[in-house]
Amino acid sequence: MARLRGTGIAAVNYPTGMNLGGDPSQALIHATTSGSFNVVLAAADLGQGLRTVMAQIAAETLGVPYGQIVIQTADTDTGPHDMGTFASRATHRVGNAVKAAAIEAREAVLQLASEELEVSIADLVLDGRGGIQVAGSPQKRRDIADLASRAQFQYGRTIAGRGVYMKPKSDVDPETGAMDPDSTQAYACTVAEVEVDTETGAVAVLSIRSAYEVGQQVNPALVQGQITGGAWMGMSHALYETTEPCYPSRDHSPKDFAGYLMPGMAELPIIEAVVLEVPSSNGPYGVKGVGEMTANSPIPAIVNAIYHACGVRVDSLPVTPEAILRGLDALAQGKGAA
Amino acid sequence: MTAQYHVVGESLERTDGVAHVTGRTLYTADLAFPGMLHLKVVRSPLHHALIRGVDLSAAERVPGFVRALTHADVPHNVYTILGLIGVEPEEEFVLPVDRVRYKGEPIVAILAETEAAAYEAVGKVQLDLEELPAVFDMDEALAPGAPIVTHWGNNTFMYEGHPCRRVRYGDVEAGFAQADHILEGEYRTSPIEHAPLETTGCIAVPEAGRFTVYTNTQAVYFSLDNTSIILGLQPNRLRFIGGTVGGGFGGKVDVIVEPLATLGAMRTGRPVRYVYNRQEEMQVSSTRSAETIRIKDGVMADGTIVARKVTGLADCGAYSRQTPYAITKFAANATGPYRIPNVWVDAYCVYTNRTPTSAMRGFGVTMGHFAIEVQMDKIAERCGIDPWTVRFRNAHRNGDVKPHRKVTSDATLIETMQAAARLVGHGLPPELAAMTSAPRTEWEGER
Repeated sequence: MARLRGTGIAAVNYPTGMNLGGDPSQALIHATTSGSFNVVLAAADLGQGLRTVMAQIAAETLGVPYGQIVIQTADTDTGPHDMGTFASRATHRVGNAVKAAAIEAREAVLQLASEELEVSIADLVLDGRGGIQVAGSPQKRRDIADLASRAQFQYGRTIAGRGVYMKPKSDVDPETGAMDPDSTQAYACTVAEVEVDTETGAVAVLSIRSAYEVGQQVNPALVQGQITGGAWMGMSHALYETTEPCYPSRDHSPKDFAGYLMPGMAELPIIEAVVLEVPSSNGPYGVKGVGEMTANSPIPAIVNAIYHACGVRVDSLPVTPEAILRGLDALAQGKGAA
Repeated sequence: MTAQYHVVGESLERTDGVAHVTGRTLYTADLAFPGMLHLKVVRSPLHHALIRGVDLSAAERVPGFVRALTHADVPHNVYTILGLIGVEPEEEFVLPVDRVRYKGEPIVAILAETEAAAYEAVGKVQLDLEELPAVFDMDEALAPGAPIVTHWGNNTFMYEGHPCRRVRYGDVEAGFAQADHILEGEYRTSPIEHAPLETTGCIAVPEAGRFTVYTNTQAVYFSLDNTSIILGLQPNRLRFIGGTVGGGFGGKVDVIVEPLATLGAMRTGRPVRYVYNRQEEMQVSSTRSAETIRIKDGVMADGTIVARKVTGLADCGAYSRQTPYAITKFAANATGPYRIPNVWVDAYCVYTNRTPTSAMRGFGVTMGHFAIEVQMDKIAERCGIDPWTVRFRNAHRNGDVKPHRKVTSDATLIETMQAAARLVGHGLPPELAAMTSAPRTEWEGER
């Protein structure tokens, strides 16, 4: 018996969005009289941090602090239409809608400021902290909060914005497969290191190290959260999970977490990632998105590392200890694929 | 580049983080309403069977039993989730009429005053089923004489008259003829559960002639619109409230619980709670499809792939749900991040008598990446080059045309691989370290 170590790599692309049925999202924004902004959406937050990311995009565009944004989402009596949170689309699609709505609301604020300061809108700049000033004359300024209050009580005007982002439906050519299914592509390359126990067939993942290129990050800590969770899920797909352990037979299917194998905290490897940012041409502030893809490259990287470690090629997932041991037996008998 | 922005690019504290980690976030199942009923369903114990009869008499005598819902109660009983974007035909029964197609398929819904009474009544429903031959293996399902799962006479989803989604690009046979090596691989993957901490569920509440549905769906309008079709209600009589989901991963894109719960609220005038238990989440809610991916690559001696033929099979179970869409996405990504000039793909959505499969994280792409990236290592080994080099030599670059005719843009595979090599301290040969994703020159394009 031995514990054999190996390293494997994998590289992947991942498409943002899936628009074969058309893929729209809307956003509405209005200012309160105290100068905060309510952003009304219908997108679900799956725990990835959608509310946070949308608040950041709105704050950036409106030129106000993050704390001045309230996100209200997923009540169909108030929220405008949204396709849903899937296909790694939300930061890109909903983010574009929020940005468009924020630009429209910002125009209304700038219009008021230009009238009060008697300058053209083109001469105004946002300071990013809730202020508007005349370019080159920082003493000539207005607070967005004051403008919002006067808009309601003095001028009787709205400060509001509507935004929509839609990638038009792309029909697939049934003969050639020609189609335009996505908006942009993000990339990942993972290097996994494993240790195979040749007596038990058990595989320990020692490290999952990756580079990602996801366009502009809106919130790098949330991106790292996705990367860590995805690496864990990919490792689980590669080595542990199935609802049908005897597939295609349906026997011995698990009914709860006690019978459904997943790696726990104790099995977690070193997970490390660097993130490159190359702006996309069509995402808000150059966003591409990072959601689903983080589970992808760890799977083949781990499977390739197992081969590198012990010479066993397993082409079926999950790679169970039984599959490893059978592969080692075949190698010993000179029948291995290696 | 982050510095050019004030807020974008900052790791600000998430707005809901403290509530999540201190257990204060309210999820759907935390809600309760006065007079709320509990809905549980009677599920088929057989994989494939004719329904001869359903006897509710013993169930009706359970204290707390309120009423049952059968197929006769459902206004529009056959639907397809993707019908909203024009996918046909309608195929899935909310409650089947005379045939069940998978073990666990709902037959009758029970409404009761308590969850315990609902379970007890479910256990007392007598089913008279006549077992039919079932099919579980995809190759068997495609073979002549297989039990037919669908109502249109074969076991594949039909794509504009074809039994599979096709990609045809270049001349794959000419590519194989030109190749120095032919590499064939068959890759298989297993059904996988989304395993959210929060199980799928909703509560439907009648309010002034309308129904408010609290749900953990990933898509409130998608769920609302499908529920409106199934129940024959104008959409403005429905209000869906959600937005906080305790784990989705694609498992909460199906629309299964909301129509039945809302129907229960319509028929009783009372709030109705339908939340999966863990066993339902594991065994009845959709999983990731099992897939079989067969790849044949024609490769030059230097590792350049010149032709790829792919046959993909995805096991959608008894109803296709989102799987036909995933297969199209699979077909569009059959070359991964690589430039291959001759490509042929046939990707099938195969029906079997299994729990339906549907969307899951990486939808059609994750398992394709597994097959492609293991295949890349085999190519490297066959050609005697290292795994990094084979990927750089085949990497797609901006301006390259993909097999589905989309011109590559925003490409950064090469730069991402260079960054990964730096991260792990792997020295790349100078010619790989110098590569970029910039469009090929005219001379390079000749390759």
